[in-house]
Amino acid sequence: MGAFFRVLTDNGQLFVDGFTNTVKLFLIAAVGSLVLGTLLGAMRVSPVPALRAFGATYVNLVRNTPLTLVFAFLVFAVPKLDVNIDYFPSAAIALTVYTSAFVCEVIRSGVNTVAAGQAEAARALGMTFGQVLTLIVLPQALRAMVPPMMSVYIAMLKNTTIAAGFSVLEAGAIPAYMAERGEPQFAVLLWITIGFLILILPLVALQRFLERKWRVAR
Amino acid sequence: MRMKRVAAVAMMASLALSAAACGKEGEPTPSAGGNASGAAQGDTCKSSGATFTPKTDAAVAGSPAFEKIKAAGKVSVGVKFDQPNLGYKDAQGKRCGFDIEIAQYVASTLGVDPTKIEYKEIASANRETAIKGGEVDYYVGTYSITDKRKNDISFAGPYFIAGQDLLVRKDETSITGKDTIKGKKVCSATGSTPIQKVRDEGLTEANNIVEFKTYSECVSQLLDKKVDAVTTDDAILKGYAAQNPDELKVVGQPFSTEKYGIGLPKDDKALRDYVNDQIEAAFTNGTWQKIYDGTLGKSGSAGTPPKLERY
Repeated sequence: MGAFFRVLTDNGQLFVDGFTNTVKLFLIAAVGSLVLGTLLGAMRVSPVPALRAFGATYVNLVRNTPLTLVFAFLVFAVPKLDVNIDYFPSAAIALTVYTSAFVCEVIRSGVNTVAAGQAEAARALGMTFGQVLTLIVLPQALRAMVPPMMSVYIAMLKNTTIAAGFSVLEAGAIPAYMAERGEPQFAVLLWITIGFLILILPLVALQRFLERKWRVAR
Repeated sequence: MRMKRVAAVAMMASLALSAAACGKEGEPTPSAGGNASGAAQGDTCKSSGATFTPKTDAAVAGSPAFEKIKAAGKVSVGVKFDQPNLGYKDAQGKRCGFDIEIAQYVASTLGVDPTKIEYKEIASANRETAIKGGEVDYYVGTYSITDKRKNDISFAGPYFIAGQDLLVRKDETSITGKDTIKGKKVCSATGSTPIQKVRDEGLTEANNIVEFKTYSECVSQLLDKKVDAVTTDDAILKGYAAQNPDELKVVGQPFSTEKYGIGLPKDDKALRDYVNDQIEAAFTNGTWQKIYDGTLGKSGSAGTPPKLERY
């Protein structure tokens, strides 16, 4: 048991550095993918066929590509085009691009839960597409979106560990360091699991809170 | 009903299209990472030209491992497979490199034809376990002799002395040793001892440290000018330089000492003494030099046999 705690106390700085980067990566990609995903979601439900086609193409292309390949594309293929992006921004872009496709689909399915009559009534009142979406449909869709959206973000938080393979020192890179220092792998992996639990529990609490707040009788 | 079918066909078509598109986009990336140094020159295995004729009268008195090998008529050897010109397996499944040929030479001295070797790719972290458990008869693969490891297994050798060094682009003039990499981007395997040394000794700034899972990915970044140097044992670096001698070079100022040994079962002193004698013979009769020149020597750096340690 003493050895189990020693793993953390002896290598505290590495755990702090690693998880700090994980959180940074998560926050940047969360905001980025919320913005991009909402835009894409709006495209997919918009009345303009070209925008709908673009949204559908993006989602099908990105969602069918493994995240590791999105990372590899940014880190190994993009430099061949003489574009130099640093490793941390590359990781943030890869996560944002990838998660956006999933956020987009959550928004689209949320919009689909709103009865068609709502949008029709709003249009009959003379509202524009933007007004229909932001004033009538999205506020109602939001509460249906909370649980799947949280699942997308929890998955994204764990997906940040892929960045370890592409030169970002985050939580996923800690085991390699510990193996080289001869620390017991079991204890290391357990500490990383505990770290992720600590990060994910607030997200779960947020989900509960939003669900309660937006609950309505249907 | 009709509409539904049309929609289903359209959906399948779009799925197929996107799958094809993703294949196209994904494909070049792994090869960019895996074979950075040019599939054309490096990926086909070439032997150094040294020949190993199995000894017909091989005998190691009092060695249980040798008895086992003799009875089986074959040896199983632990090796690396991803280090060009050192321990490598090419696309056709052929193996080559300095460590591989040392392993073949040792097999021949034990009376086993090198074609009868059963190679096993054992990850670095599992080497002691594989030797202790009898999964391999011996291990040849950038295996540093350390006191900690001597508790679990025994070593013959060293058959090669490596040291942490730097791999740079051929036109690089500002990097001449470990004290000249301040402000330069340095790459190595994630969490590896060489990169921890760079970090702990502050040889370069923390934000200039770049880490990938494999050395080939670092070499790819070096060729793309995203990093300025790759660091690890010079033997490994020479292997990459030998694969791409027109674009890469090894600085040649090693700043650590790694003695590579052949990992053997712990209590088999008879076998260890025998293998030591055979390595010594390879040093003096030119076999070692021939293997070196035909593999790591292609990098342009000369090599000489080390001094054997019999502990």
